[in-house]
Amino acid sequence: MRDLVESLVSQLRTIWSILLHTFTKAETVQYPEEKPYLAPRYRGRIVLTQDPDGDERCVACNLCAAACPPDCISLQQGTREEDGRWYPEFFRINFSRCIMCGLCEEACPTNAIQLIPDFEMCEYERESMVYEKEHLMIDGPGKYHDYNFYRVAGMEIKGKKKGQAENEAEPIDIRSLLP
Amino acid sequence: MPTIYIDDKSYDVPEGDNVLEACLSAGIDLPYFCWHPEMGSIGACRQCALVQFRDADDEHGRVVMGCMTPVSEGARFSMNGMKASEFRKNIVESLMLNHPHDCPVCAEGGECHLQDMTVMVGHRNRRYRGKKNTHNNQYLGPLINHEMNRCISCYRCTRFYNDYAGGTDLSAQGAHDHVYFGRQQDGNLESEFAGNLVEVCPTGVFTDKPLVNDYTRKWDLQSAPSICTGCALGCNTSPGERYGKLKRIHNRFNNEVNGYFLCDRGRYGGAYVNDENRAKFAGLRADDGRYNAIESQLATDTLAGWCVNTDRIAAIGSPRASIETNYLLRRVVGGKNFNSGIGDHEASLVKQISSIMQIDSVNTPSLRQVESADAVLVLGEDVTNTAPRLALSLRQSVRNLAKKMASDMRIAHWQDEAVRVLAQDCLSPLYIISMAESRLDDVAKRSITMSATDIARFGFAIAAELDSSLDSIAGFEPAHTQLIKSIASDLSSANRPLIVSGTGCQDQAVIKAAAAINRALNNSNGMLSYCLNEANTLGASLMQDGSEASLKELCERASKGQIDTLLIAENDLFRRAPHQQIETLFNNINNLVVLDCIDTETLAQSALALPSSSFAESEGTLVSSEARAQRFYPVYQPAEQRQSSWRWLTQLGQSIGLESFEKFTEFDNVTASCADDFAVLAGIVEASLHGDYRYRGMKIARQTHRNSGRTAMRANISVHEPQQAIDNDTPLSYSMEGVNGKQSSALTPFVWAPGWNSNQSVHKFQAETGGALKGGTPGKRLFESSSASSAESDRDKIPVVEIPGPFEAQQGHWRLLPLYRIFGSDELSARSPAINELTAAAFVEISVDDAETLELLDGDGVLLSLPDTKVCFEVIINPSIANGCLGYSVGLPGAPWIAPRSSVTIKKNHAWSNTNRDNKPAKIVIEPGVSNV
Amino acid sequence: MSDFWIIVFAISVMLGAVGGAAVATWFERRLLGLWQDRYGPNRIGPFGIGQVAADMIKLLTKHDWVPPFADKWVFIFAPTAIVVAMLLGFAVVPFGPGLQIIDLNIGLLFFLGMTSLAVYSVLLGGLASNNKYALLGGLRSAAQMVSYEVFMGLSLMGVVMLSGSFSMVDIVESQRDGWYCFSQFLGLFVFVIAAIAESHRLPFDLPEAEHELTAGFHTEYSGMKFAMFMLGEYLGLILISCMITTLFFGGWLAPFSLTFIPAIVWFSLKTFLVICFFILLRCAIPRPRYDQLMSLGWKIMLPITLINLVITGAVALWIAGA
Repeated sequence: MRDLVESLVSQLRTIWSILLHTFTKAETVQYPEEKPYLAPRYRGRIVLTQDPDGDERCVACNLCAAACPPDCISLQQGTREEDGRWYPEFFRINFSRCIMCGLCEEACPTNAIQLIPDFEMCEYERESMVYEKEHLMIDGPGKYHDYNFYRVAGMEIKGKKKGQAENEAEPIDIRSLLP
Repeated sequence: MPTIYIDDKSYDVPEGDNVLEACLSAGIDLPYFCWHPEMGSIGACRQCALVQFRDADDEHGRVVMGCMTPVSEGARFSMNGMKASEFRKNIVESLMLNHPHDCPVCAEGGECHLQDMTVMVGHRNRRYRGKKNTHNNQYLGPLINHEMNRCISCYRCTRFYNDYAGGTDLSAQGAHDHVYFGRQQDGNLESEFAGNLVEVCPTGVFTDKPLVNDYTRKWDLQSAPSICTGCALGCNTSPGERYGKLKRIHNRFNNEVNGYFLCDRGRYGGAYVNDENRAKFAGLRADDGRYNAIESQLATDTLAGWCVNTDRIAAIGSPRASIETNYLLRRVVGGKNFNSGIGDHEASLVKQISSIMQIDSVNTPSLRQVESADAVLVLGEDVTNTAPRLALSLRQSVRNLAKKMASDMRIAHWQDEAVRVLAQDCLSPLYIISMAESRLDDVAKRSITMSATDIARFGFAIAAELDSSLDSIAGFEPAHTQLIKSIASDLSSANRPLIVSGTGCQDQAVIKAAAAINRALNNSNGMLSYCLNEANTLGASLMQDGSEASLKELCERASKGQIDTLLIAENDLFRRAPHQQIETLFNNINNLVVLDCIDTETLAQSALALPSSSFAESEGTLVSSEARAQRFYPVYQPAEQRQSSWRWLTQLGQSIGLESFEKFTEFDNVTASCADDFAVLAGIVEASLHGDYRYRGMKIARQTHRNSGRTAMRANISVHEPQQAIDNDTPLSYSMEGVNGKQSSALTPFVWAPGWNSNQSVHKFQAETGGALKGGTPGKRLFESSSASSAESDRDKIPVVEIPGPFEAQQGHWRLLPLYRIFGSDELSARSPAINELTAAAFVEISVDDAETLELLDGDGVLLSLPDTKVCFEVIINPSIANGCLGYSVGLPGAPWIAPRSSVTIKKNHAWSNTNRDNKPAKIVIEPGVSNV
Repeated sequence: MSDFWIIVFAISVMLGAVGGAAVATWFERRLLGLWQDRYGPNRIGPFGIGQVAADMIKLLTKHDWVPPFADKWVFIFAPTAIVVAMLLGFAVVPFGPGLQIIDLNIGLLFFLGMTSLAVYSVLLGGLASNNKYALLGGLRSAAQMVSYEVFMGLSLMGVVMLSGSFSMVDIVESQRDGWYCFSQFLGLFVFVIAAIAESHRLPFDLPEAEHELTAGFHTEYSGMKFAMFMLGEYLGLILISCMITTLFFGGWLAPFSLTFIPAIVWFSLKTFLVICFFILLRCAIPRPRYDQLMSLGWKIMLPITLINLVITGAVALWIAGA
């Protein structure tokens, strides 16, 4: 019986509190006349960023493509002859399939792929929603200013020999018998 | 079967296993690194730790290594207990101390055993804050990429490379935590099996170099069960494709054939299918000699128009084409107008071999059986270069003495280090009688070289020594007589003696001599193995009923103007007969039609060129040199107008209205019809499962369940994704939908199991870890030796033996000896870029004495006078070549076809310079355009 | 009124009811928007009222499709039945003194009968669709209707006892001394809940619970036929509101003797407020589980109704005796 009364009161209180919302302002805004504030972490259009040295961050590891639920990312790895870096020979996102879930950004080990607060992507042709690397690439590090994958990774590239990465000792001289 | 307890649960495990193997067989995921089913245990990595208890009351127990602990009745272990799991976690943590932050740029990532094990033990954060050790890498040749930082010092690489494959140039160097696995200095890895390091290494130290520079993760590769076309052994492979390009070939486990390993020719030799010069469109030659691309239908119609008069057409099959292609070609033209395309001399050798193999008492071993041989005689075959994977098996067979010594001492066979220490240099006898030194000489008890004729004579002498009813052969020098005696005594005292020979000498007598030794041994366990040249040499040879025309006959008929149209399927005749003969043949033919998946000189001569699909884009059955019929499946859809040869031929047959060709639109019907027509090939229908096989209504997925990019990979062409291609001919699907792991293991496109992303997951597909696959071994052996008939009753079937006289060097004339090379002698693999880089230019080898006579030095040029032409070769002085003989490279680029066993005159070419080397064949260029027809 | 004027009045009531239902769809969405702190349809016409026309055009021009696996005639009949039944219900609603199509002496029973007929529409629609979700929706609807029908009728018996008549006009007239919403508080409480369940509106829209059953009984419906279901639902909402006004809030009677305002305005205003209350309920209260719905009906509502009936009867007898 007590339960009954409690639940009844609870329902009535709910109804009352909803009724009070008659006097509150709408949370939504009148888009497109009014634009809402979007936080930097808002998940909109996807971009490829550059590391602080101005070189592309993407190493074509394929993790974004693997994480993508609608399978709308595809790329091919290549090794850059002049410096030995891995890079994407092509990088394609089919935004007409993208669901802006941000899993690619979470999967990215180099902070290369980032979602930005721009959701206004409208086209009359679906073809125009297919973005290639040149459309995705921006001139800057995006949300993460300092990270440079190759300064952490052990792989040797031009300008960074073995042992010069973060927290690495000089290469071992295997002919040495010293402890 | 002993019962052991793991975490208080009882398991019946196979006797003689170690606990690690037993756990994996029982489906328990016990992490490990250094153990390998084929290489045994050394307990180096300390990863497979368990806690063993004395009895049920023991509460403390002690940590033991699973791989070093034999199973015993009632033994109790804890795997999930804190002590054991904490220990394993700490081991991984310590292995990861120096591991670089490389996974995104590592070609092992996604199929890395170290990743799998790290996840399996639950290690997450690197707590150690010190600096990481680093190493400089080495250049290891065009096949293997070296990234030493990633090493976890499990020693699997050197154990495989040195102990298993007999390599000498890879070693563990340095001390303590400075240990380094590499060569003494930069340079190509010498072993022909170096490519296996890619699969043996549990992390990314050794990776597939062609793949690293055009990389695709394992989860994105579309794979299908396939068969290697590099030689006749029929190793099982799992090629992977992405974006219409063959990316890599991995080993596909087959207990009886290749086991866990491939040779480098097989692993890297498939990339020719990506060649830009491969024709994509059917081409009809116009009057100006250029090809015009035409519609497939028009091509078939044109061809049908040329084939109306069936009396005036002829066809040449190919030993590198599938049974089905050869069969349909034969059906189109009829047996008497058909030639198998093997080349007349080689065809007679193969025919001899296949008739010997079909004798009941002759036991042709699988590679697994080869490994069980306890005395081996290699007669005239350079196994490493003609059947490379067999050389690796022979190398294992010499360890049988060590295994026997170990079992006498009651040491388990998997106690690898103990067995090696016990045996030291004791090896089972392996004798090699060959034309030149071989890569197996280091494990041979004796190896001698002589001319092909002498090899046969030597073989017959051994047979005579074994069987007193045969006439003994005199005239050997005392050392040889002694050797004959010791070979005979080793073979006769062996339990499972093995004779290996083949077409390598291109000599009938050698083949017969091997059969004679086998018969003289009169041992029902005795084995006789013949090496053949190409993937379907035996299959093409078996598809004959005696009515077939020889190549020579076809040439004669053509010269009389009896042939209007000649169809050639997947064959470059210039590799089968003298250049002049084939030129003449082609000139006498009005309509030369060539179907091929590669761009050859023959294709360039055709009036109509039809693009067929390669092994990676079509299905077919191949018969290996042990007469095992095996099926390969298309990995991906052929581009543009390319289609399987059998499909082209079905369309041809249908448009000229041949009987029963309507039903040949289904692949299985072609196979079944072939099996009906040739009793000896009846087994080919069992080579694999029927095309309508389904596992609970599902097809088998060619793609992994995490295949990515489906809605983006074609989006640059059109955003509307097409339906996934339908595959009506096989039980496999071109998508990620379907099963993989539950089906019969003959149809395993790739290995993967939950938690086991690397190729180590193969144990999940095995009935018992390291043993046969679930659902049986793929393939069907066409001949089985029957123990019922004794060797005596088969005596009549052994070929008539005519013992050749001893070889005498002739002044001014040199007897040619064919020398094969693993990289280059095979037509297809030689076109793969990585193999091409390792391929030497055509050469001749000459003995030291003869070189002195001719005043030749290494690298000089010599001019060979062949019947119709003169060719210049680089000369290599090789002390192992017999005087009066001249070894010549077979099939290497730049060399014409040379008649075997012929004698030539040579002279030094003073004008020789190394720039002559590039003698590439003419390229066929087919440009898309409007047809004039 | 002459027969002619009755026909004219009947047609205008019908058009008014249908038009009211159409506007109610827009109004409900605006009101929901208000209470959920958003705007609702506000783009077409003033305050977005044009949305009604837009929706209508959309629904009328949609492909009128009958699934090939459905039972065709029953499938077509079902949505018409609900509209017809609900419109017939309006015949006995007294909009003002004399403003009534027909003053039946069993007006209340006629109303109950018509609302009960509506269940056939839902049940048959669900069955005819030959779809598992539609069938489940239909079954739920049948069970729900049968259960709530019982005390829906019983809850009104108090009103009948106090007024002594089944005629709507008599019931309204008998409230001049005081609306039944006070004396029949329990009756009102039960009737409101039963009425929601009868018209299967939120929170008791289990027959079409979209989270579980896609769209329940009208999963397979589209275009005009779907529009008829929606029309029937909103007609039901208006009819029930009219009835609550009539039976518990004095119908057209003006409160506090504010008789200078016409009776029809009072009636409309009261009905409007009741409709708003229904929308508020939809806005505020989540849908119960199906077993909760049934146990609420049988274990709580039925006893309350019976207690109400007994007390009312006793009081009525006592007053009559006194």
